[in-house]
Amino acid sequence: MAEIVTLAEAIAATVRDGDAVAMEGFTHLIPHAAGHEVIRQGRRDLTLIRMTPDIVYDQLIGAGCARKLVFSWAGNPGVGSLHRFRDAVEHNWPGPLELEEHSHAGMANRFVAGASGLPFAILRGYRGTSLPANTTGVADIVCPFTGEKLTAVSALRPDAAIVHAQQADRRGNVQYWGITGVQKEAVLASARSVVTVEEIVEELEPCPGAVVLPSWTVGFVAVVPGGAHPSYALGYSVRDNDFYLAWDEISRDRQKFLDWLDEHVYGADPQAADRPRSRTGAPC
Amino acid sequence: MLTYTSDEMMTVVAARSLRNGMTCFVGIGRPSEAANLARVTHAPDLVLIYESGTIGAKPGAVPLSIGDGILAETADSVVSVPEIFNYWLQPGRIDVGFLGAAQLDKFANINTTVIGPGYADPRVRLPGAGGAPEIAAACKEVIVVVRQSQRTFADRVDFVTSVGFGDGAGSRQRLGLPGGGPRLVITDLGVLRADPDTEQLVLAGIYPGVSVAQVQDNTGWDLLVSPDLDDVPPPSQAELSALRALLSRAPATVPAQARQPASAVRQTAVR
Repeated sequence: MAEIVTLAEAIAATVRDGDAVAMEGFTHLIPHAAGHEVIRQGRRDLTLIRMTPDIVYDQLIGAGCARKLVFSWAGNPGVGSLHRFRDAVEHNWPGPLELEEHSHAGMANRFVAGASGLPFAILRGYRGTSLPANTTGVADIVCPFTGEKLTAVSALRPDAAIVHAQQADRRGNVQYWGITGVQKEAVLASARSVVTVEEIVEELEPCPGAVVLPSWTVGFVAVVPGGAHPSYALGYSVRDNDFYLAWDEISRDRQKFLDWLDEHVYGADPQAADRPRSRTGAPC
Repeated sequence: MLTYTSDEMMTVVAARSLRNGMTCFVGIGRPSEAANLARVTHAPDLVLIYESGTIGAKPGAVPLSIGDGILAETADSVVSVPEIFNYWLQPGRIDVGFLGAAQLDKFANINTTVIGPGYADPRVRLPGAGGAPEIAAACKEVIVVVRQSQRTFADRVDFVTSVGFGDGAGSRQRLGLPGGGPRLVITDLGVLRADPDTEQLVLAGIYPGVSVAQVQDNTGWDLLVSPDLDDVPPPSQAELSALRALLSRAPATVPAQARQPASAVRQTAVR
């Protein structure tokens, strides 16, 4: 059964130095507040796993939490580069960053393999690209039935998964809807997990297209309203596109980034209620 | 007198390339602008599919990201990310994939990973693959939308992120890539098509006010020109109005600093 605790307690109990950590959420439901708590707790040497390392991983990388990044697309969606990621890869600042790079289809299937308890997944992909020669976890495989040449990708089995959801009930059952991404696979593939939620409700109302993670599949639940900001939680908030645009400027310069980190992460109360949030309508 | 930018021309031509009723896997940025323009003009039944798992999205404005809430709220169906790639893209169910590129070569191979000779020590680190390799492999056809310059149109890409026609004729078959590949490349100067025999890109259409010499100057290999070079018609008033209305409804699709400086935007005026 999931334990309902504070964000600081959930992260302290789940994320250790040197862990492989997957914070998932495909544009929607990105666990920003939990990522900030990882930074505040000073974790180091993390292998950060995420299909689309966007702003929150830019912050973790710039803050010196990461040793390695496992990913498939590292950019600020619709805006441009991730400058802290680029600075780490191009200039080793604040330290070198090892890369394990895949395609989206490959990463999604690696999570599926992890969630399925299999050592690898099979897809039609990567063939003819420069990726297999420059990364790990990709190999050719021949179909034993048809002889077709396919691609195998190794399973992801993170030490910890961190995701954000709309709701949990008092027993720790979790429900999220809208763009559901790869969070279910990330949680089921991982040894430990934290789910931050917009709110705790008495009972989860069935919601079309929703994913329910039963309480016994989740390690810790923490209530963090607005915990996805500047990403969003459908029905609770809208994507703060202005912040994504502003991040381009903040993250370009090392000192400006460090100042931002001091003010908005190290200087923030993890349970701060002042995160921009406006309910946009009824749930579902 | 109708005045428009080369970027508007590129987006309009890209929108025209989509037929009503097609299913279209849409990348963010210019491809998304063009696909949404097609949907509000000649192709109301175009099915927009974004890699966030939103199938049949009908946004009223161009979204900033592939996962804006409006896409999920207006979609016919929202599926998980493993499902969008495994059940929808991989089997070749989708008619057209719409991609951008940071670097493109004469066989329409696409690089969005690193610029510079070495992967380990890149001169410029780009975002990487995303959904593009499998979109390029599996869609029945692929359309690339990209601004043309010496830097972008390289003789050989530094890194093959997504395969176009590999080393030329027969490459896709040898690699077992099921889709038709990027037979159409739409730039801000004209339109290139892959030659059916050699699979090399050939200049097939040119925009008003652009010369073949200008296209060659912005191409990093010896450009082949079709003997039947088309003069691509300029945007109509209706196309331009629809595009501008679409973009004005968006909060912002590209930050000011990422847009080309005004001096670099080619202005064209036609009567």
